[in-house]
Amino acid sequence: MSLQLRHSLSLMTGDKQADRSVPPTGFTAWLTLFTAAAMAFLAVFALALSTATDRLADRWAAELARTSTLRISAPEDQMAAQTAAAIRLLETTPGVAEARPLTDEEQRTLLEPWFGPDLPVETLPIPRLIEIIEEGEGYDPTGLRARLQAEVPGAVLDDHTRWREPLVEAANRLRLLGWVSIALIAASTGAMITLAAQAALSANAQVIRVMRLVGATDEYIASAFVRRFTIRAFNGAFVGVVLGGIGILFLPDTEVAGGFLTGLGFQGGEWIWLLLVPPLAAMVAFLATWAAALRNLREQS
Amino acid sequence: MVIELDKVAYSYGGGELFSDLSLTMAPGSFHFLTGPSGAGKTTLLKLCYGELTATAGQARIFGQDSRTLSRDQVAMVRRRIGVVHQDCQFLDHLSVAENVALPLAVSGRASEAGQNLSDLLAWVGLTGQAAQRPPELSGGERQRAALARAVIMSPDVIIADEPTGNIDWEMSQRLLRLLVELNKMGKTVFVATHDLNLIRAAKSQVSARILRLKDRRLQVAGVDL
Ligand SMILES: Nc1ncnc2c1ncn2[C@@H]1O[C@H](COP(=O)(O)OP(=O)(O)OP(=O)(O)O)[C@@H](O)[C@H]1O
Ligand SMILES: [Mg+2]
Repeated sequence: MSLQLRHSLSLMTGDKQADRSVPPTGFTAWLTLFTAAAMAFLAVFALALSTATDRLADRWAAELARTSTLRISAPEDQMAAQTAAAIRLLETTPGVAEARPLTDEEQRTLLEPWFGPDLPVETLPIPRLIEIIEEGEGYDPTGLRARLQAEVPGAVLDDHTRWREPLVEAANRLRLLGWVSIALIAASTGAMITLAAQAALSANAQVIRVMRLVGATDEYIASAFVRRFTIRAFNGAFVGVVLGGIGILFLPDTEVAGGFLTGLGFQGGEWIWLLLVPPLAAMVAFLATWAAALRNLREQS
Repeated sequence: MVIELDKVAYSYGGGELFSDLSLTMAPGSFHFLTGPSGAGKTTLLKLCYGELTATAGQARIFGQDSRTLSRDQVAMVRRRIGVVHQDCQFLDHLSVAENVALPLAVSGRASEAGQNLSDLLAWVGLTGQAAQRPPELSGGERQRAALARAVIMSPDVIIADEPTGNIDWEMSQRLLRLLVELNKMGKTVFVATHDLNLIRAAKSQVSARILRLKDRRLQVAGVDL
């Protein structure tokens, strides 16, 4: 086990001589660097999408879960009594922090966009709204509905589940798409690096032949290629992450523009995710080159 | 036995170059191989160091059937057999010194090069060319570099394919003396050459067996050639 570890470490830190033995090939070097940089750049946006969606889903779920509305429709002479009964009932319900009827003023503000500012709310038979603010785990909506039905026949409870579920569902789907994109980006990086490694191995067939003639093992020859591609993928991904990070950093400010698109970005600790991209790219390159090299060497005599 | 060929045959796909060929090489022995161009000398040497495997019969290298060697075992065998290839085979992007030290490098012993490497370069007269690239060397210089590379690992066996092909007589003599010296140190030496003068010169220094590959057969040549 420790031998295995030391072995992998020596593959990474390496033998300069093995690196010198294989001449550098400009074309595959640039291809690897460019691919790693481009893919890391894309990965930054996929990560930003995932974390932003995460945040959004949490926020929607939290905000909508904390409040609900009770609507009371009753003949005018019973309205005050039913409202008072509902408030009493709500105040004794576990999980309800506060229950408060909206004032006429607040109701007018709510309706203003539809009916204009001069609506005579007092004279209209519109339902009375009670805002419920939850605490702790919240209340049990089924139990509350049963009690309301018995005591306040004109009350309808809207706990926002209806709104919340599709939103949270959409956010979850979006987050999944973000992670699928990252997996696809990693897979295409692996495929591109495999091709570049194969090109480098073919271009160096004669060098490999001479190295084998003087007693180099497949592992020694492969490690020269593996190390080179791993380092290039790391460096390329690093550049891509820096550029992608700068792109995200300079998106228009959330405060000013508002909305989901500009919420795309990282907050605080989320920037750590970016640090994982170059090592991930390096790992993909390591595995892809190792597999390509061993396969190629076994095929050449 | 270091190398044993037991009724081997080889063909590149056409007719057999040779067949039913047997040869045993004891540790510390010295063999010359001669024969007309195209007779299959290089091919025979390749069977001896495991670059080719016989199409019939059995080749045993250090006691092991060469067909059963794994790829890693082939690499290990090559570290014990120093080979001077007829076409030299260098890495042209490395310096002469780095090429000579390549067998040490690929076996993870690069740090051992040091003094040994400069002594060896001095011995083959390439101190001044150490930093040059192989394509910048003359044919004879390349062959001397190839010999230096073949012996740097201090191998048990040295196989040389036309090591004196491009060298003047004086350098050939020096090269021969090195091979004889290595043989006196207990190494097995196998040299393919057209150069009968070289073989004659060797006879006064070492007791060598002289083999002749001709008409698909291996004969032990007479002392008078
Ligand atoms: N890779 C190969 N594929 C097909 N035929 C080959 C190959 N290598 C050598 N031959 C043929 O095999 C024959 C023997 O070649 P080989 O190199 O063993 O001869 P040789 O005795 O070393 O000749 P020389 O003295 O000129 O070096 C030649 O006719 C050559 O054309
Ligand atoms: Mg030959």
